Amino acid sequence: MDQFTLNLIVVGASFALYVGIAIWARAGTTADFYAASRGVNPIVNGAATAADWMSAASFISMAGLIAFVGYGNSTFLMGWTGGYVLLALLLAPYLRKFGRFTVPDFIGDRFYSQTARLVAVVSLLVMSITYVIGQMTGAGVAFSRFLEVDASTGLFIASTVVFIYAVLGGMKGITYTQLAQYCVLIVAYTIPAVFISLQLTGQFLPQIGLFSTHTESGLPLLTKLDQVLVELGFRDYTGHHGSTLNMVLFTMSLMIGTAGLPHVIIRFFTVPKVSDARKSAGWALVFIALLYTVAPAVGAMARLNIITTIYPNTLATGELDLENPISYADKPQWMVNWEQTGLLAFEDKAGDGVIRYYNEANPPAIATEQGWQGNEMVTFNQDILVLANPEIAQLPGWVIALIAAGGLAAALSTAAGLLLAISSAVSHDLIKSMINPGISEKGELLAARISMGFAIALATYLGLNPPGFAAQVVALAFGLAASSLFPAIMMGIFSKKMNSAGAVTGMLVGLGTTVLYIFTYLGWFFIPGTNMLANTADNWLFGISPLSFGAVGAILNFAAAYIVLAMTRPAPPEIQELVESIRVPRGAGTAQAH
Amino acid sequence: MSDKSSDAYWKANIRIITISLVIWALVSFGFGIVLRPLLSGIPIGGTDLGFWFAQQGSILTFIVLIFYYTWYMNRLDREYGVDEQ
Repeated sequence: MDQFTLNLIVVGASFALYVGIAIWARAGTTADFYAASRGVNPIVNGAATAADWMSAASFISMAGLIAFVGYGNSTFLMGWTGGYVLLALLLAPYLRKFGRFTVPDFIGDRFYSQTARLVAVVSLLVMSITYVIGQMTGAGVAFSRFLEVDASTGLFIASTVVFIYAVLGGMKGITYTQLAQYCVLIVAYTIPAVFISLQLTGQFLPQIGLFSTHTESGLPLLTKLDQVLVELGFRDYTGHHGSTLNMVLFTMSLMIGTAGLPHVIIRFFTVPKVSDARKSAGWALVFIALLYTVAPAVGAMARLNIITTIYPNTLATGELDLENPISYADKPQWMVNWEQTGLLAFEDKAGDGVIRYYNEANPPAIATEQGWQGNEMVTFNQDILVLANPEIAQLPGWVIALIAAGGLAAALSTAAGLLLAISSAVSHDLIKSMINPGISEKGELLAARISMGFAIALATYLGLNPPGFAAQVVALAFGLAASSLFPAIMMGIFSKKMNSAGAVTGMLVGLGTTVLYIFTYLGWFFIPGTNMLANTADNWLFGISPLSFGAVGAILNFAAAYIVLAMTRPAPPEIQELVESIRVPRGAGTAQAH
Repeated sequence: MSDKSSDAYWKANIRIITISLVIWALVSFGFGIVLRPLLSGIPIGGTDLGFWFAQQGSILTFIVLIFYYTWYMNRLDREYGVDEQ
């Protein structure tokens, strides 16, 4: 059976499973649609949250991000997991006790203000729509690569499948498909990683393999990797390069941003009890950690693999034999396959028939002595790492097919969660809470389904015509979540006296400064050439990159809110009583619909 | 529940949250980033303990923290009679 047929069977079977689950888990009420009737087992919710959270970026890109930077990009690992501690300790249990359906619901009611609700809805829509573009394009690319259809056809297939299970099943359908998607993606990610770890270190667990001895050289894997990188003129893998302050703030921004992302928060509305919300955050992190502790091993091992593939010979000293790299004719099949996609490209600049791979900016001595003409691996898209892993490890075809299904599962599960957050913000927060409070249950459910349909259509359109600034906008999404929603929710729970004037000012200050800082360096509305300062470390305020500013925005949000609170009257007694009641778990059993 | 025991419950909660967040910051921002030079003398698998905390240890500690907090709060909820029956 050829690879194409295999891919078709595995991906087709996974899609049939998702649609089957959707038909089984149809939503009949708004409580079903928004919160799966709060009947989801906390462990199941943990797995669903993990799939919801781990997007195409986590599945496909993260190992590559770490592989090509090393220690410096540990920020992604700590930032994207540390946020769950904040969720479990500071937000999830109280929001579950509050017992509504959406994040703007909480902010609007707690701060007794339609303005606060509106600010929350607007930030939610901007960050979720931003995020969903990346998922849809990711799904389109995965389709076109593995199923040999063009990217737009792939995108339409993906949208149709999401449409079926998200519109039909709402949160209930999404939850159980996300559980299935988690299983697909984690199996797909782990199998190649285990085999590569076995091949390089003889260790079964990649987490152990990363810190074990490289069988071939007898040196610790990371020592060997540092050594060969330095030999080729690259920075060592384990070293700390760059600003410590920026690394701290970037990690902090990712943590706070993660805890403030609405599509993650609403998952905790689906469990039966407050104690389940705490437990569920723990399980979510366990399921996420299964991938996140493997990713750095995949990154380091793949980087070493690529280098030793190009320089297969070793000198007696243990160093790479830089004079005798692999010839173009001998390169492995996976390189040939990926060259066809354009994501990997070589150029025989020296015309000597062998591949010269090194850091041009800091060439090794031998390069100058022998007059090498430059680095000849001219393109290496970081996303290849995970996708090509099964081929690099020479695993059978079904594993390659599984990676295709896994990548799609990661993209689709996140897209579905985001679409639900978008549609509930429109049908519940805008239509039901602000425009037409008298709407019937049936009417609201219909409105939710129609807005979901619109959200999918919009996401598909944006996926087909991605704005040129898609990558930068993700920074904006995290910045918004960190600087607006997280501080507002936290003060709503931990400061009884916080009033609407303080919260609204705080959110606007946090949002305003973060957006301003990002636009100053990345251009107004990301239009190239409109940035007021060049986006280089020298220009950044205190060396803080625009991507790291979310944490600063959050601090400014807190500060502004408390200053305004000190000058105005504290929240009225009935609101303070409401805060008292969400602080204790008792009485959360009944879901309140309003 | 009286206001007094309600206050005590909340104070106990804030205390455990504070302790947990100190550990949370120590293993990530501390051992993983800022204090890494201090740990450079402790070798582990070709690198140092700080690197391990940045790429593995912090994540594992986060998991332990959440489950410990869950267990602790369930006990506290029962103790103060505010658990869900």
